[in-house]
Amino acid sequence: MMDEELLPAEERGLSQDQRAELGLGALVCGVVLVLLAMLVFILAEAWPSFAHNGLSWFGPGGNADTQIQAIFTSGDLQQAPQYLIHAWPLIWSTILTTVGAVAISFVCSLFVSVFMVEFAPGWLKRILEPVVRLLASVPSVIYGLIGVLVLVPFIGNHLITQSEKASVTPVIPLSGYSLLAAVVILTVMISPIMIAIFAEGLRSVPRGWLEGSLALGVNRWRTFWKIAVRTARPALIAGTILATARALGESVMLSMVSGSVAFAPTPADGLIFLFEPSRGLAPTILHNTDELTSPPMKHTLFAFAAVLLFSAAMLSLIGWATKQPMKRYFNVGGAAA
Amino acid sequence: MSATTLPPGAPGAGPPMRPTRVSAADSSASWRLTDRLGLAFAWLLGLLFCAIAVAIVAFFAVQGIRYLRPDLLWTNPRVGYTQGETGGFLDPMIGTFLVAGIAIGIAGPVGVGVAVWLSEYGRPAGLARVVESTVEMLAGAPSVALALFGILLFEAPALGFLSETNNGVVFGKSFFAAGAILSLVALPLVVSTVREGLQAIPNHVREASYAVGKTKSATIRRVLLPAARPSVTTGNMLGIGHVIGDTAIIVLLLGDTQTIQGVGHVPLLGVLRGTGSTLTSYIFDNAPTGDLNQPNKAYAATFVLLAIVLALNVIVDVFGRRAKELRWS
Repeated sequence: MMDEELLPAEERGLSQDQRAELGLGALVCGVVLVLLAMLVFILAEAWPSFAHNGLSWFGPGGNADTQIQAIFTSGDLQQAPQYLIHAWPLIWSTILTTVGAVAISFVCSLFVSVFMVEFAPGWLKRILEPVVRLLASVPSVIYGLIGVLVLVPFIGNHLITQSEKASVTPVIPLSGYSLLAAVVILTVMISPIMIAIFAEGLRSVPRGWLEGSLALGVNRWRTFWKIAVRTARPALIAGTILATARALGESVMLSMVSGSVAFAPTPADGLIFLFEPSRGLAPTILHNTDELTSPPMKHTLFAFAAVLLFSAAMLSLIGWATKQPMKRYFNVGGAAA
Repeated sequence: MSATTLPPGAPGAGPPMRPTRVSAADSSASWRLTDRLGLAFAWLLGLLFCAIAVAIVAFFAVQGIRYLRPDLLWTNPRVGYTQGETGGFLDPMIGTFLVAGIAIGIAGPVGVGVAVWLSEYGRPAGLARVVESTVEMLAGAPSVALALFGILLFEAPALGFLSETNNGVVFGKSFFAAGAILSLVALPLVVSTVREGLQAIPNHVREASYAVGKTKSATIRRVLLPAARPSVTTGNMLGIGHVIGDTAIIVLLLGDTQTIQGVGHVPLLGVLRGTGSTLTSYIFDNAPTGDLNQPNKAYAATFVLLAIVLALNVIVDVFGRRAKELRWS
């Protein structure tokens, strides 16, 4: 960045400088090494579970809860280790909650950030910004508590009818711990992250571009959507990626709200689908932490974590790849990412 | 449009134009119906968002005032049959501060170092890209995965001195372990905030420092870091906010004992090597889905936690504004 030649070439000063650079370089390499160590350790620990199940690890089949129980007992009682797991119900639950929450909150966040940046009156802007920051910093356990004490009883008592409960009693009890509660609360949790990043991207769009469009007689609403939102696309991607990663890794709130049965909600059930309980990968890890003492259980839980970690890594890779072709044209919005 | 009322290219043409553009001539009355519906939807969502925040704060304020008794703040959790007998949450509160202190004690210096390296050195370029994606990945890594990594790491015999060891078996759960892994949660926030602050300092400031004969490291230490101090504070506060809000890592790595259980006889070190709980894990355990199921205690603890989070938000706000006020021209 700077011309080193301009500096006084004193022996002591230069060597001190070099030492500073080397020291910081070593620190930075250390951080990279920690991440690499994490990836390697988790994958190595997860390997036995994948190796024993092959691709059927990801497939459906049997009851995942009984499988997990068998895995735990086999290790706990020091019998021959069991590894059989078909984790599809857990994966499906993670996919449903994540995709549902991200889809809803993307639309909401886009509207709210456009409103916050351009259309809200000054006083409301001054309220909205701290509100977004506050909602982003509320701990997930508090969201979970709200879910468990307010939303879940509400869904259980008012939204699910007795006949609906009776219709599925042999399969699964409906008590309010549901996909709906999980998605609603997850949406509220990840929206502030999206809004903050979207708004930053929208703000960095040059005013001149908008004014050019306004001067052509396009109204403010159209102008903002056609010019600013398009320009800020890299920021939209960055925000969505970060929020998706947060939703994927959310364990505490989901373990409190989504119910704790490894059940795969089926859209074929109609509206009841929304009220069916489930449990994703991350809540399953949290749910079974006391059982890490059993070696096969440990490998299985690490396999869950490895899948989550791999998905998060893939997400940031996808984000990076989709941003590349846009970077050439939209340097403005990319700064926010 | 109304922009013509200003002379073209007038200095500061940006902000002063705003009020004129929201004039009646450009009101939404002339828009198409779909556009007006869109604006109405945006208004609705914006207000709904505020309403959710107000509802959350008001709900816990009311419940907190109802259930928070002063003695809850200075008694420890006890075993008891009714919610009146089970004590307060002094130790979880102390635990929260301890964990936040350890985590930010690691993440603060390391994060500032990484940010300085990224913004001031950044060579070789390949390493810089690797570091950037590392920080990005840490920001996106699920905290349960981090916690499992922590379990693996701190059960290693070489790190046994950081937690309880029993007949050569390392327990691996302690304030040290939880704090160290939580520092990975705080690190990306510190790095990105400080880096932004450093990049906002224009180059002529650095050049002026070199011109008076300061070396690069002296420039960083004496000129750049002091100038970026508001962003350093903001980054650390954001980091603390995330650290005290995390539950998964605490549940997995702090041992989840209700009170602080020290190890050994060295005063502070023993506590840090021991297990305990924080407000988040206390709330988690006391929620209806947790092991203890005492909603009144959960409400009271949530009130305290929310108050801490709000206070941190205000600090971030103040310093964030101060960072923006620093103008270089």
